[in-house]
Amino acid sequence: MNFEEILKKLTEKLGAEDLKAVTDQAGDPYVLVPAAKIVEILSFLKTEPSLSFETLSNLTGVDAPPDELDVVYHLFSYTQEHSFTLKVRVPKSAAKVSTVEGLYPGANWLEREAYDLLGVVFEGHSDLRRILLPDDWEGHPLRKDYEPKEDYHGIETTRPSLLGTP
Amino acid sequence: MMDLSLKGQLPNNIVTTKVDDVLNWARASSLWYLLFGLACCGIELMQTGGPRADLDRFGMVFRATPRQSDLMIVAGTLTYKMALRTKVLYEQMPEPKYVVSMGSCANCGGLFQLAYSVVKGVDKVIPVDVYVPGCPPRPEALTQGLLKIQEKMMQEKFARRAV
Repeated sequence: MNFEEILKKLTEKLGAEDLKAVTDQAGDPYVLVPAAKIVEILSFLKTEPSLSFETLSNLTGVDAPPDELDVVYHLFSYTQEHSFTLKVRVPKSAAKVSTVEGLYPGANWLEREAYDLLGVVFEGHSDLRRILLPDDWEGHPLRKDYEPKEDYHGIETTRPSLLGTP
Repeated sequence: MMDLSLKGQLPNNIVTTKVDDVLNWARASSLWYLLFGLACCGIELMQTGGPRADLDRFGMVFRATPRQSDLMIVAGTLTYKMALRTKVLYEQMPEPKYVVSMGSCANCGGLFQLAYSVVKGVDKVIPVDVYVPGCPPRPEALTQGLLKIQEKMMQEKFARRAV
């Protein structure tokens, strides 16, 4: 099925008011859904036989300036051989999304990465720790407003250029 | 005046030299390096240890533990997370010990120097003796750097160093 057909299925089930399809941007078309409904929606997409999205190929976060964060879900179905993209938008000040670990166990590490680098808190996650950066790291570096620290455990984080200041 | 020269007084298979020279020659000729490939430079380090560039001919072999190593070749991008471990590994190496910084990343952060997670040069963490430029350096370049380390080792004064 293509994007419109999958969207139609989803709209039949959930109604149109919660689903905002974005098709005019570069890259994959996607559907913007409310954060509160992401588990319900993914659960339907996974269990509906004609959709059968049994794989979460990727889950990632994006900073959406000025003060919001996106969480992007890339789904794929091996049985139906089609894919679908969803987005959830949350404010930076309260970046909380329910975990989808219960539906897709592979989301565990992907959600930890989004938490580590962007500070999205996945509620209900079984083990929400940093995955790449050291445990004592401060801040979430892929946020646009991240400022690097002067030093890390006594290691300077700057090096003067040999060519002078640019 | 007594003649202190040993010339002509020893059999042919005995040579005389300085203690420092013998110690340094022995150390420089059996330089064991720590396996410490952090990124793609590690692949080039393996090539240098392989049969074509052949570090074995200088008496160099890799060790998998810092406790048996004389030389740390930092080969690759050093992150802050790894930097703390690097310090521990360096401190575990017995004296005298040497460090070669291999490649642009180890020298100054290289391509990744604007990244939040990359140390801007290994010398921010441990003292470095020789810097080998390149991205990554060819085996010939690393070999040249290791010969420089050997040159430095031959200058050491162990027998009569200031305490």
